[in-house]
Amino acid sequence: MNDLSVYSWRFWRVWQRDLIVYRRIWKVNFLVPLLEPAFYIVAFGLGFSTMIGGVDYAGLSLSYTAFIAPALVATAIMYNSFFETTYASFVRMYYQKTFDGILSTPISLEEIIIAEIVFSATKAAAATAIMLLVLAGFGYVAMPLGLLCVPLAFLGGLAFGAIGMFFTGITPTIDMFNLPIFLFITPMFLFSGTFFPIAGLPAWAQGLSLAFPLYHLVELCRLFCLGRMEVSWLLSLAYLLVFTLVFGALGLKTMRRRLVK
Amino acid sequence: MLVIEVRDLRKGFGPVTAVDGLSFSLERGEFYGLLGPNGAGKTSTIRMLYGISPLGGGSLKVFGLDIAAHWREIRTRTGVCQQDNTLDPDLSVEQNLFVYAGYFGLERSLAKARTAELLDFFALSHKREAKVMELSGGMIRRLSLARSLINEPELLILDEPTTGLDPQSRHQVWDRLQALRKKGLTLLLTTHYMDEAERLCDRLLIMDHGRLLVEGSPRELIDRHAGRDVVEVEEAGADMLDWARAHGLTFDRSGTRLILYIPEAALGQVEADFSRLFCAKRCTLRRASLEDVFLRLTGRELRE
Repeated sequence: MNDLSVYSWRFWRVWQRDLIVYRRIWKVNFLVPLLEPAFYIVAFGLGFSTMIGGVDYAGLSLSYTAFIAPALVATAIMYNSFFETTYASFVRMYYQKTFDGILSTPISLEEIIIAEIVFSATKAAAATAIMLLVLAGFGYVAMPLGLLCVPLAFLGGLAFGAIGMFFTGITPTIDMFNLPIFLFITPMFLFSGTFFPIAGLPAWAQGLSLAFPLYHLVELCRLFCLGRMEVSWLLSLAYLLVFTLVFGALGLKTMRRRLVK
Repeated sequence: MLVIEVRDLRKGFGPVTAVDGLSFSLERGEFYGLLGPNGAGKTSTIRMLYGISPLGGGSLKVFGLDIAAHWREIRTRTGVCQQDNTLDPDLSVEQNLFVYAGYFGLERSLAKARTAELLDFFALSHKREAKVMELSGGMIRRLSLARSLINEPELLILDEPTTGLDPQSRHQVWDRLQALRKKGLTLLLTTHYMDEAERLCDRLLIMDHGRLLVEGSPRELIDRHAGRDVVEVEEAGADMLDWARAHGLTFDRSGTRLILYIPEAALGQVEADFSRLFCAKRCTLRRASLEDVFLRLTGRELRE
C-alpha cells in the first residue's frame, strides 16, 4: 500500500478522535500551560534576576525573564508534540490497540500517522495560545505580532511530532524513549539559546546549536515576542519546514515497517 | 455472487509459512467458518482479507474487487470484530460507536441514530456513559460486535467472537447473529468452539499448517469423517481393538482411551454387539460431533 491512494482527508476523523479525548480532560490539559510559564517567570524573576542583571540579545538589552519568556513557549511546543507522538502514540498503538481497531475501517495506516502528528501540533498550538495569555499579562509578548506564535507552534509541533513518530517507529519498548530524550531532547532544551544567548558559546558549539530545530523555534518565538532575532527568519522557517518533511517521511516509513506485517 | 474468493493464498513471516496455498469462497448470505488449531493460519488469512496485511501470494477478491487496489471500498462494506479487544479505552461506550462511525465517514445524525440502535440491539443502552474498562467480558464482546456493525456491513468477519464468554453471553451473541442472518448478512467466522461452528455455519473448512484439510457443511463433515455415533471406552483392551478391526470400523486411541466411529449403516448391530461384549463398565455412546472430526483431522497432541 505504498501508493497515493492511502493519503486522503479522512485522517481528519482520527484527529477528531484525539480531540474528543483531549477535551474530556481539558481542565488538566489547560492547567499545565497556564501555570508552567508563571512558575518559570516567578522562579527566574525572583531567583536569577538578582544574579544576572540583564541579557544582551540581538542588539536589545533585556531583563532575564523577558529573554527566556519566548523560549518557554518554544520548549513547551517541543515537549507537547514530542511527548504526544512518542509516549501517547505508543500507548495507543501498542497497549490500547487503537490503531488496530481503526485499521479495519476505510482509514489507512498513513492517515493514522498523519493524524497523530497533526494532533500533536494542535496540542502544541493550544498550549501556546494559553501560555501567550499568561506571558502577555507579564508584558513579555509584543502584540499583535506575538499572536503569530500560535501558527508557529503548529509548524514547530509538526516538526517535533514528526521526529517523535520516527522514534516511535524504531523504539522497541516504551522505556527506551529515555534514550532519545536524554540524547536529543535534553541537550536541545539546554543548548538552543533557551536560557542564554548562543552568541556567548565557542564557535563549534554555536554551529551545533544551529543544527537543532529547537534553536530555530526559539529564535522565531523571540522574533514574534520581541520583534528581533539573531539569524534570518527565512532560514529558520525553511529549516523547520524541511525538518518536518524529512522526519514526517521517515516517521511514515518506520511505522509502516513496524506495523505492516 | 461470490462475496469472498480466495485462490491459492499464501503468507510467510520470515522462515515461517502461515498460509500455504489456501482456496475457498463464500456465497452471499452464507455463514462460513474457518476452523483450525492455534497457529493454523486463520488470523493471518483474516488479516489479509480486510487488507491490513499484504498478500504473500495468490489472489483475493472481496465483493469481486481486488483487495490491493480497492481496500478502501472493501473495508467500507465490511465489518470486522478482531480477536483482541481493540475498543478505545479513552472513549465511553457510546463514543466508541459514534467515533467509529466517523471513521466510515457517516454523517453525524446517521451515526447518532445507528449508535442508539446498536446499543439497544446489544442490550448496552444502560452502559452508554460507562468507560470500556468498567465493562464485563461479555459486554466488551457485545460492544465490539456492535461496533463492527456500525457501517451496516454486507460482510461481517468475526475472529473468535465468543472466546472467554459465559454461556448466557454466548447464546445472546448467537441470537444476534441469527437475527442478522435473516437480513442477508454474509459471515466469516473463526472459532475454537465446535458447537458454535456447528450451530452457526452453513459451511466450514478445517485447516492446519496453512492448508485446507476438509471443507463442507457440518453435517457432511461429521458423516464423512466421524460417522453417526461414537463409542468411547475409558480402559480399552486388545480384544476391543481386534473386534473393531474385524468389523472394519475406524477408531482412534488416546492413552488408554478408545474412540470408535460408527457409520449409519452399521449402527444397530454393532452397537448391540459391542455393548454386550465390552460395555460392562465405562462405555459412552453419543452422537458424533464436529469436535470428533476436528480432532481426527488435526490430531490430539497439544499445539504451541
